[in-house]
Amino acid sequence: LAKILQIRDMAKCIGCYSCMLACARVVRHSFTPAKAALQIRTAGGFQGRFLGEICLGCPDAPCAQVCNSGALELRPGGGLRFSAAKCTGCRACIGACIVQVLHFDQESRQPLACIQCGTCARFCPHGILAMEERKYANTSD
Amino acid sequence: MQTHQIKVLDIDLEREKIAIHYRDDLGEFLGGTGVAAKLFAEAAPAATPPLHPDQVIVLANGPLSTIFPVVTKVVAVFRSPLTGGYGESHAGMRLALAMRGAGYQAIVIRGQARRPTYLAIGPNGVEFRNASALWGLGDSVGSILRRLVPGTGHRSTLKIGPAGEKGVSFASVSVDTYRHFGRLGLGAVFGAKNLKAVVVYGDRNEPIGDFKAYKAMYEQIYNQVLKTSVMKKYHDLGTPANVLNLHASGGLPIRNLQENVLAGVEGISGEAFAEESLMRQVACSGCPIGCIHIGLHRSRFGAEYEFESRFLSYDYELIFAVGSFLGITRQSQIYELIDRVEDLGLDVMSAGVCLGWVTEALARGVITEAETGTAVQFGETAGYLQVLDNMVLQPNDFYQVLARGVEKAAQKYGGLDFAMTLGGHEMAGYHTGPGHLLGQTVGMRHSHLDNGGYGIDQKSPNLSPEALVDKLVAEEKWRGVLTSLCICLFAREVYQPETVLSALAAVGIQFSREELDSLGEKIFRLRQELRLAMGFDPAQVRFAQRFFQTPSASGPIDPAAVQAMLAAYRRHLTR
Repeated sequence: LAKILQIRDMAKCIGCYSCMLACARVVRHSFTPAKAALQIRTAGGFQGRFLGEICLGCPDAPCAQVCNSGALELRPGGGLRFSAAKCTGCRACIGACIVQVLHFDQESRQPLACIQCGTCARFCPHGILAMEERKYANTSD
Repeated sequence: MQTHQIKVLDIDLEREKIAIHYRDDLGEFLGGTGVAAKLFAEAAPAATPPLHPDQVIVLANGPLSTIFPVVTKVVAVFRSPLTGGYGESHAGMRLALAMRGAGYQAIVIRGQARRPTYLAIGPNGVEFRNASALWGLGDSVGSILRRLVPGTGHRSTLKIGPAGEKGVSFASVSVDTYRHFGRLGLGAVFGAKNLKAVVVYGDRNEPIGDFKAYKAMYEQIYNQVLKTSVMKKYHDLGTPANVLNLHASGGLPIRNLQENVLAGVEGISGEAFAEESLMRQVACSGCPIGCIHIGLHRSRFGAEYEFESRFLSYDYELIFAVGSFLGITRQSQIYELIDRVEDLGLDVMSAGVCLGWVTEALARGVITEAETGTAVQFGETAGYLQVLDNMVLQPNDFYQVLARGVEKAAQKYGGLDFAMTLGGHEMAGYHTGPGHLLGQTVGMRHSHLDNGGYGIDQKSPNLSPEALVDKLVAEEKWRGVLTSLCICLFAREVYQPETVLSALAAVGIQFSREELDSLGEKIFRLRQELRLAMGFDPAQVRFAQRFFQTPSASGPIDPAAVQAMLAAYRRHLTR
């Protein structure tokens, strides 16, 4: 099975945003954490909880299924491959994401797709993000 | 030198208009302290009193903000209603990130809004919104604003409580609940401008110029912050690790500094807080350390089994100000006082030092219960809660004066010998020796962090007056550079000059070591000129007798030695 990005325990998150900065930096060459494929947010301010919005690496990848240009393709074992050159900016994938974590980037006119590179996990100071095999895999995958 | 352009958002509250200025000339000041001081100077602050509509508030971040580890602060500069002098305060949490996302390196707020107002500052403009229904509210304002302004989960909210609205000279501005522009009364300046809150949000893209250089430098600093022991203590016990250390050395101020030994101090140590009530640590955006300790304050409010839980931020300074300084040794009591201080929107350090003076003044008959309206005594919170409320409500002459701070209250009622201020500013929690005494007194904003005098006491005791002053001044100049870059001072060991230069170079800003040092000098002079024009006179500073009566961590402080240091400082200024 392929390793995919997973949140081990969100309750341990300190909200430093190092993961978002890492994704934006390394994958998007941007200083702006809004460009990251994952988003950590507060819910109800800092007195509330941190929420982690990450690509769940669906085994059936509905976003890739609706992509008719071949830009998004299902990676064996879950997660995506993204080919920017093939992307037309049609946004069909955005609407297809069943957990609504796939966002559209207005500058590049392309989805901010998680490519399962694990960069964010490398910069998580508390090991909350990790690249791991899906623990309870659906055996029919 | 190769500098960057500073984009300044200029907000006129009275006319409800904004202007955007692109300032190449400000680049040499980098950001933060330097840029804010320069923009503040342009508004001729000495000409009008602190709460006059013409006074300005300047907020500034820096070119490294958020995009390098632990570069998390935003600097606010204003004229302090507490001291009448130069006001500068720093706060973290998410403000630097949000300002960057909105697209501004500095924000100037001028004028007085015609009605209670809050500002929504985003990437597509500034909105002046009606805050009439929010006026008078405390902590609950945050939950209301969350429904009204975009940027869910990533925005930053600055707000004042009733203390700022009522012009208490040491009212604070809270930033995202858990950090504050605490010291010197920015909250009262907000209040005088009819400004209840400012929400900043945005996601403007900033492409990286030199990806390879930036990535390498980011990783080098990240690894130094996280994989060495330099900053570990700030996450673990956090600043409260100081409680037992300082107590053991005799540097923890107790009961209005009447004493330096506190029976039961173990109950309010960093260790005890961590073991008994620490709920979690959180971080400012871009800081992988996470030094903000959130404690759980659980209390029973009903006759039966009815409980409520509050999540309150604690730090060393709070444990000092509303703990040891008031003879309090129970965590739940400290939380009770923190909770009230937060809801009212007071600076906790000044509030605690005020309470200490009130307690002793009442016991000595300097004031009576006719003034305070309640009994107060060390170790008990009931009276303190009432006094805190009255500082804001100001029901009589006494409280109207107390709301101006300890210095003013003692000038009118007596008890200056035990009014624990330095440079007119309520003391920080370090009775470490002459370094702190002089450092906070002569520091640009009378903060213990201006020059770290307490650290000099601890690491370099027994310096000659000249050597101590040289060290304080050199430290203040370098810290002026660090805070112009908005680097959290907890990371000052990481951001050595060479690291600072490389980080700047990685984002296209070229400074030499000499240029960085001369910037420190320039900012020192600029702030000095500003505060001298606003009335600071190093010849007129006062030291309460108490500082010399209660032995410090360096033993009894010799008043003659402190006067010699002050004279050395004055000579330094005329060099």
